Order: sequence, then structure tokens, then C-alpha cells
Amino acid sequence: MLRPATEAELSEIVGEAAATGGRLAIRGGGSKIEIGAPEENVRALEMRGFDGVVDYDPPELVLTVRAGTRLAEVQALVAGQNQMLAFEPFDHGPIFGRPAGDATIGGVVAANVSGSQRISSGALRDHLLGVRAVSGRGELFVSGAKVVKNVTGYDLPKLLAGSWGRLAALTEVTLKVLPAPRMAVTCVLRGLAPEAAVQAMAAAMGSQAEVAAAAHRPMPEPMTLFRLQGFNASVTARMQALERRLAPFGQLQRAAEAEALWEELRSLAPLPVDVPLWRVSVPPAAGGGLGRTLQALGAEWLLDWAGGLAWISMADGAAVRQAAAAAGGHAMLLRGPAALRAVVPAFHPQASALAALEGRVRKAFDPAGVFETGRF
Amino acid sequence: MSLEMPEPDAGVLARREEIILALRAIVPGEGVIDDPSALLVYESDGLTAYRQPPMVAVLPETTAQVAAILRWCHLNGVKLVPRGSGTSLSGGALPLADGVLLGLGKFKRVLDIDPANRVAVLQPGVTNLAVTQAIEHLGFYYAPDPSSQIACSIGGNVAENSGGVHCLKYGLTTNNVLGVEFVTIEGEIMRIGGRGLDAAGLDLLGVIVGSEGLLGVVTEVTVRILPKPEAARALLLGFATVEGAGRCVAEVIAAGIIPAGMEMMDRLAIHAAEAFVHAGYPLDVEALLIVELDGPEAECSELIGEVEAIATGNGAVYARISQSEQERLNFWAGRKAAFPAVGRLAPDFYCMDGTIPRRRLPDVLTRMKMLSAQYGLGVANVFHAGDGNLHPLILYDVNKPGDLDKAEEFGADILRFCVEMGGVLTGEHGVGVEKRELMPVMFTEADIAQQWHVKCAFDSKSLLNPGKMFPLLHRCAELGRVHVHGGQMAFPELPRF
Ligand SMILES: Cc1cc2nc3c(=O)[nH]c(=O)nc-3n(C[C@H](O)[C@H](O)[C@H](O)COP(=O)(O)OP(=O)(O)OC[C@H]3O[C@@H](n4cnc5c(N)ncnc54)[C@H](O)[C@@H]3O)c2cc1C
Repeated sequence: MLRPATEAELSEIVGEAAATGGRLAIRGGGSKIEIGAPEENVRALEMRGFDGVVDYDPPELVLTVRAGTRLAEVQALVAGQNQMLAFEPFDHGPIFGRPAGDATIGGVVAANVSGSQRISSGALRDHLLGVRAVSGRGELFVSGAKVVKNVTGYDLPKLLAGSWGRLAALTEVTLKVLPAPRMAVTCVLRGLAPEAAVQAMAAAMGSQAEVAAAAHRPMPEPMTLFRLQGFNASVTARMQALERRLAPFGQLQRAAEAEALWEELRSLAPLPVDVPLWRVSVPPAAGGGLGRTLQALGAEWLLDWAGGLAWISMADGAAVRQAAAAAGGHAMLLRGPAALRAVVPAFHPQASALAALEGRVRKAFDPAGVFETGRF
Repeated sequence: MSLEMPEPDAGVLARREEIILALRAIVPGEGVIDDPSALLVYESDGLTAYRQPPMVAVLPETTAQVAAILRWCHLNGVKLVPRGSGTSLSGGALPLADGVLLGLGKFKRVLDIDPANRVAVLQPGVTNLAVTQAIEHLGFYYAPDPSSQIACSIGGNVAENSGGVHCLKYGLTTNNVLGVEFVTIEGEIMRIGGRGLDAAGLDLLGVIVGSEGLLGVVTEVTVRILPKPEAARALLLGFATVEGAGRCVAEVIAAGIIPAGMEMMDRLAIHAAEAFVHAGYPLDVEALLIVELDGPEAECSELIGEVEAIATGNGAVYARISQSEQERLNFWAGRKAAFPAVGRLAPDFYCMDGTIPRRRLPDVLTRMKMLSAQYGLGVANVFHAGDGNLHPLILYDVNKPGDLDKAEEFGADILRFCVEMGGVLTGEHGVGVEKRELMPVMFTEADIAQQWHVKCAFDSKSLLNPGKMFPLLHRCAELGRVHVHGGQMAFPELPRF
């Protein structure tokens, strides 16, 4: 295993791999290692050596950390200043039956990990202000900056967010942080059919209630969740407004144990572990129909992002991808046995012109394919 | 004008008639403009110091025509400059003597409004304000609001990743766009993103937004729309020192409040704005803050009190809370008219756009005063205080020999200092031609090379908007390997290109 401690060492390792046809699999905490095809003939490039906070000035709303720093540490740090990462990142460990705590911020960035609040506050990519990284050429480069507003040059951080280690090895990331809400409440509507649930979520998101997150679980008993947060008087007023707005869908009630409900959604606990798991992104209004269609074919499912994100447990991957595409979205194979992952690509196949462009962009960072480990 | 553009290609100029005929075959009738006097309309954008009429202008009406134009230009080695409304302040839409100007002004339709998914689908020539006008009857609005919003196009906003006074709370264009239809220089039409919250594969949308017309032409935009907040109220706060105003801004944010807008003006800007629109600004203060809160009525009233207390605690000598919608708009009237107001102080002004870490504001203003004396040119400051985006307005007279050069040097010195303070060259106006040669102040050779590699992945012949964003003398074929070891490079401060 390769474990560089400095950017110079990292550059050298990658440069050498590029020159000799080597393949490097970038590793953060390994919490997402079971996503994608099993890799062969690769060397692990362990990034935990890039650890620690570089700069954090809460009133500037900017945090710079080294990429190998643990997510849990970063979240504890900002929570200590009454701030948050508003894209609500989470640790994939529990989804794969491991304890949370291993995920690194670099891995979270590379996978664009964005939780329930993504629907209101944006994804990780919206909060990634700057990066330092070593490209597949072995060259250190900086893109973006350490201020909240910047349009100087191309926004390469956006490309690196969600690049899954295929473009460059991140050594340092700068994130926008935001004040944590002073209070949060979760309200619930019970018993809604999939389409009605999605309509209720659309009505909520389109109202002045400033809903921070909206999710739906159809089983065992249908529950549609709405999180409201912010300043106390405001939350109370918005809760009343939401209750009125959602009256046609039923009686909105305050949920006890709200945090446990959202945590179940994060870890996908309600879904079976022995069936392949798909992450499907669709226009939010299409989420209910997608759930119903696939349920008729035997799927179990959950909706987040007001319907825009569906977690689907289903063996028939072709059916999932077809339904996702028909709804104007895409499906990623998130969890499944190695034999399945070896033959079914994790990412939804793209139109050929777009795939060709994407291939050229990957080569722009990694011409020798150092980071093309066959995983994706 | 001191600006150097790529040497016009004599071979292309010689083929002008043939190029016009080819364009006419694609876009019939009035859509191809070759009359020299008619071409003057396009000779500059919002950065009026630079002028250059294009070789020919073409105004397509369909995506198929855009694709055919790009394909023909690609096959025939002809350069193109896309243009929306021509309000760029960085010369992004400055034409080329040997290039085709591709105007998107005829793409004016709102294609779809989809409240269930909270998106609107627009042609790129729709103006920013027209987006909100098209959806406000449903209770929605489009959040990014550049001051140029009555004129600038949504396609131009995408290309420049434009901001506005609301972007601290609601984000820049990039945070509010979900998809585009995009035509590559080869003439391929592709959809990137859509009505969902993310797209499969690499986030190409993320790099297209803000690419200043260098990667392809945007022919359709899907934006996120938001419910209009129930209420909005503003405070007008005056401070005896800029430091006090700066501390107030920091404390508001430290208290967990992200205002919908938080704008600062310095003494010269306050006086100019007051003389121009009579907004009722206090004149005996060094810094004026406008803080706007939006949301439920209950939230606005709670936070107005908190902000006022913070302001008083930081030495505010003037505080007024808007008592009506009319008064709130009045507070803004002066700020929104700040550019033309300052414009009345001198024959010309030059608007800069650096961002700094907010805590550096006093240092930057002090340096600006020094530079102002050194260059003998006045400077007024308006400042998106919440996000540290500074707009120094340098006063000069283009008819005084040497004044424009001095203004440009002064501006460049300010931007260099912004970078030295940990900030950036541009917060929302783009690099364009204006700041192209300053890129090495902020980026190393390897940083710029990595950006250039991405450019080449989209446009290998460098036909799209050449001469913008990158220091001159870049060609895809000449990209060598840059030797950098652990970030160490000899003389990193020296421009390499
Ligand atoms: C008075 C004034 C106030 C301003 N205030 C603000 C402000 O508050 N915030 C802010 O961010 N900016 C502001 N601007 C700058 C300017 O309005 C924005 O940059 C705007 O987005 C430009 O839009 P446009 O349609 O005029 O684009 P243009 O000026 O025509 O073009 C700008 C760039 O975009 C490219 N382009 C245009 N359309 C397309 C397309 N469809 N596909 C690909 N590339 C394209 C062009 O090639 C060019 O590089 C202001 C300008 C003025 C004059």
C-alpha cells in the first residue's frame, strides 16, 4: 500500500505510475469500497496521511481541511461553532453493515455525498469552494479558492465533486459552512399513496414553509416526513402554514424521535440487505410513479429529496434502469454482490456523444489512465 | 486601448464572402449581418473601453441552426464569439476581427414552467428579470438577481455564473441551474442535467456554468425556481468607521443569521447615490450597510431586532428599519443605482470585482486609498459585504491621455492585493479579456494548464471565444508537461504565459 504524507510524495507516486502504466485506487476511509466493480491489478493509494484542519474562520463561512480528515471530525468541529455542512453529508459505512466513522472528507467530496437537506440547501458540489489535488499527470494543481464567491477560471471543483477518484487525488478541500439552525422539528403525514405523497411534498416545497427536507417511506405504514428548521418563532409560524397547506392530504403531526427517522433514511435501514440496492435520481414529481411501478415488480423503496431521490431494492437492474430513464433520470448500482458488480456498471450508461465528451474530460486530468481502475 | 487580441488570420479574412454565404445557407434572410455599420452594434459589451466589430454576425433561431453554424465553423477553422445581451463587464462578448459573432437574442421563449418540480425551462436569450416575471403569478421567483437583470440574458448568466445581492443566501447561478441543452463546437447537441437534482457521470454542467462561452453554446437552460418569501424587511445602518461596519457584518453571521442581502457602501458611493436618487441616506457616515431579511413575518421581526442590537453594539450611529415595502425599496434604490450614480462623478468609471476574506476589508480599503493617491484617480466602493465581493469603481476620463491606462493599472493593483489578502480576481463578472493576463497572479502554471486541458477536451482547435479567460499564447497542441514538485516552483510569482 502507498501512503504519501506530502503532496510532493503524492506527485511522485502518481507521476511514476503514469510513466510505467500503473493503476492507482485512491482510498479515503474505505466506507464506499464496495461500490463499483471489484478492482484488479491496482495499488491502493491511501490518503489518510493528509489529515487535519488547515484553516477555519467561522464568520467567514469557510473551512479548509486536508482530504484525509475524517468526516465525523469535521462535523464535530463545525458543530462546536454552531455551524453545519448544509449539504448534510453522511457516512456510507452503515449502508454496508459497518460502523460509521471511517469516511473521510475527501471521499465524501469525491462521491458528492449529499443528504436529505440537498433538496433545500444544495449538494456538496454547491458548497465545494476550492481544492488542491494531484492530477493523473502527477501535477499538483489548485482550483477555486478560499472565499465564498469566486468565478475566476473554470469551476474545476465541481468536476472533482462526484468524480469518484477518477480525475485526481484530492489533498485539500475548502468548503462553505453555514450557521446551524437554532431548532428543527419534523412533522409527518401518514397513510399516503406514492403519488399523493409526492404531491404533498411538492406542495410543501412550493410553499413559503421553507421545508428543509422531505422524504417518504411506504412501508410498513406510509409516512411522509417534513423537516422545518431555523429560528424559533419562524419555525412555529411555518409549521402552522404547512399544516394549512397540507390539510388536503391529511393531518400533519409532529413526529417524536425525529432524528431516528432521518437516521434510518440515511442508513437505509428499512431496505433489505440481501437485494441489490439502486440510487435513482429523477425529477422529484416522478418519484411516486417510479416507486409504484417498481413496487409492482417486487421492489422495496424509499424516497428522499421530495421525490427526487429514490432508493430502490430490486434484483432486476434492467427494470430499474429502464424506469429511471423513462422518468428522465438515472440509476446507480450502490450495493450488490461482487459478482453482480463485476458485470453491471455502477453508473447509468450515457448517450454516446456525452460519454465521449466525458471521456475526453477524464483524459484532460488523467491521460494515462492512472486512476482508471476498472471500478467504474 | 492597450488590449492585445490574437492576430487576425489573414486567410480567414480573405474568405469573408465565402463565410457569409455559408452562414446565409444556414440562417436565411436578416439573420446574417455583414453591413459594417450594422455590425457596430456588436463592437463592445459592458466593458466599453474595448471595441472591435466582428467579421460578421449571425442570429440563429433554432438549436439546429446553432449546431450547423458551429459544425461549419469547426470544419472551416473559423472562430466564434457567443453573445447574449452584451452586458458582460469583463469583455467576455468582445468580438474578433476574424470571427463570427453568434447572437442568441432570438432565443426568447419561456419553454416550460413546472411548479411540481420547481423548475422553469428557458431559451438562453430570455432576460434574467423575465424569468421571474414569467413565474411570479404562481408565487415563484428566480433567485440570482444581477443588477443588470432587466437586460442580461439567462444564457449570459450561465456563461458568467452571475451573482446578485441575494447570492449569499440563495447562491450564484451555478447553484440555481439544473440542466442545459448545449451545442459543442463539433455541432453535437447534448443535454446535460435536467429536472432532476443531479445527472449521471461527471458534473459537466458544473464546469459549463461560468465557462465564459469557451466550451460550447448553451441553447436551453433549466433553472430552479423558489417560492417567493412571505415578507422582506431591511435595515439601513450607518457607521462612523468601515471597521465598525465590517465587525457588524461578521457578528451578524456569527449569530447564525444569513441575511437575504447585506450590502456596504463607502462615503463616496453614499454621497453619489444620495445625490442621484435621494434615497434618504445619512451623509455623515463612513460606511452604510443595507441588511435585508426575508422569510415569514415572524422571522423578519425577530431578526430585525437582533441585527439592530448587533449594529448598535458595533457603534452604528444611524439605524432605520423599513416600515413599508416602499421604504424598503427606497433603501435599495440608492444601492441599485450606485454604478450610474458614481458614473456622474467623472466622465468614465471602471468597475472592479475582486473578492476578499471579509476580515481583510479594512486592509484592502486602506491600500485602495494609498493607490488612489498614487494614481491620482478617485475610487468609490460598493461591496457585497456578506460574501466579501468588492466592487471598487475607479473614476477616470477617457479623453485625458494616459487616464485609461492608469485606471487599468490601478484596477490590476487592487486585484493583485485582493489575491495577496487570500481573495480572488473576480467574484461574479468573469475573467474575460479584462483579467486574462492577471490569471498567473492567482494560479500557477500547472493550475492554468489543468484548466486549459479541460478547454481542449471541449474545443481542441480553440475556436470558441479565443483571447478570453486565459493569458494569450495558449494552443492545445503545445501543452507540455509542467514540472512541479510538491507545489514548489521557481519564481512562482512570475507569469509564464
Ligand atoms: C450595469 C451592470 C450591472 C451589472 N451587475 C451585475 C451583478 O450584479 N452581478 C453580476 O454577476 N453581473 C453583473 N453585471 C455583468 C453582466 O450583466 C453579467 O455578466 C451577465 O450575466 C451577462 O449576460 P449577457 O446576456 O449580457 O451576456 P454577454 O455579455 O452577451 O456575454 C457574456 C459571456 O457569456 C457568453 N455567452 C452569452 N450567451 C451565451 C450562450 N448562450 N452560450 C454560451 N456562452 C454565452 C459570451 O460569449 C460572453 O463570454 C452587470 C453589468 C452591467 C452592465
